[in-house]
Amino acid sequence: MGVVVDNAGQYLAGMAMTVALTLVSFSAALVIGTVVAAFRVSPVPPLRTAGTLWVETVRNTPLTVLMVLFFFGFTKLGIQYSAFTSAVIVLSAYTSTFVAETVRSGINAVAKGQAEAARSLGLTFPQVLGRVVLPQAFRTVLAPLGSVFIALIKNSSIASIISVVELTEVADRLNNETARPVAVFLGAGMAYLLLTLPSGFLVGVLERRVAIKR
Amino acid sequence: MVEPLVVATKVNKWFGPLHVLKDVDLTVEKGEVVVVLGPSGSGKSTLCRTLNRLEPIHSGTIEIDGVGLPEEGKALAKLRSDVGMVFQSFNLFAHKTVLQNVTLGPEKVRKMPRREARERAMALLERVGIAEKADRYPAELSGGQQQRAAIARALAMDPKVMLFDEPTSALDPEMIKEVLDVMLELAHEGTTMIVVSHEMGFARSAARRVAFMDEGRIVEVAPPEQFFHDPESARARDFLGKVLAH
Repeated sequence: MGVVVDNAGQYLAGMAMTVALTLVSFSAALVIGTVVAAFRVSPVPPLRTAGTLWVETVRNTPLTVLMVLFFFGFTKLGIQYSAFTSAVIVLSAYTSTFVAETVRSGINAVAKGQAEAARSLGLTFPQVLGRVVLPQAFRTVLAPLGSVFIALIKNSSIASIISVVELTEVADRLNNETARPVAVFLGAGMAYLLLTLPSGFLVGVLERRVAIKR
Repeated sequence: MVEPLVVATKVNKWFGPLHVLKDVDLTVEKGEVVVVLGPSGSGKSTLCRTLNRLEPIHSGTIEIDGVGLPEEGKALAKLRSDVGMVFQSFNLFAHKTVLQNVTLGPEKVRKMPRREARERAMALLERVGIAEKADRYPAELSGGQQQRAAIARALAMDPKVMLFDEPTSALDPEMIKEVLDVMLELAHEGTTMIVVSHEMGFARSAARRVAFMDEGRIVEVAPPEQFFHDPESARARDFLGKVLAH
């Protein structure tokens, strides 16, 4: 494992980039995914269709394909984003579909009477959703949202194919220099664990803290 | 002087092939308490839910204070804010305290300042006898307390009319009284109320009129003393014979 220790600085820089990709993309995915979930349960048919189209096209395309198509395809069209920005956009879009489906299942799990009571008070559809239904839905789906978050940490490795220097790209480059794939990628794997394991733990803590008394 | 507040005219509704409301006419005047009785499946709950359009109707009209129920949207939300609703299963917002349940509508719909909304909410909780539970969550309250909180939540909007959809049907017997006491007080204060219920005692003491429903129709509307002692329809006599036998 000498190769890992010797290059600890690079690994740390890679982890920092992975964390940055994950946090920025997840924040965006939460917002987009929640809006898409709201579209999918809205009483307005065109919104429902738009939400479904977004989920079914983006979710059913491999992340690698999306990453390459976006980065190189848009360059061809003369629109150029940095590799980091491109990776964030693609990861956000991809993850938003999983967030949307998770949040939608949470919305469906909220008792129907909750929304009826809110409507009866005169709250508008966005208020019913924002004040009554979503706060309860999010509490219900914290655990699966945590899984989406952990999946995103690992999915961010796909950014390496457009040369964002995150953990996997660091490992790839070190491997090219040293030709020691097992040691180099074991190091990367452990570094991912250092990010994913605490994430799972934190989700558990959060889940207990916001649980609704029933 | 007669001031009709809720006017339902020739209301029809189907659930799939099931014709649940058949040409229902009902007029409720300002300050009046109307109790809707009838066997289960007679459509009384559905009628109650159509009055604030929680259930859309297929034909006929429903007017609240002279305004026809609009389509789903801002105008309907505004109209609903004037129609209080109390549900069989309470439906208090599970993630909010009792106090927050009561202040939500006034703050978000009426745009009332938070302080004022809190003060009024506390006064209402006092009135229904659960002020000491203001900072508790619904799940920490008994059924009777939850239903009284739900009544306070509806009253906080200063509604023109209060709808009660079987408000005591989910309660243990010893909790029914505490809820009915609150409702009786409202009735005596002149609140316009439409109450779907099986509580014959409440109908006798609080109702100005009883509407008896069977198989989607309003079969008979009469003052309680007349309805309970000398119902016109055979169906009502049969129903009363069954529920008052013991």
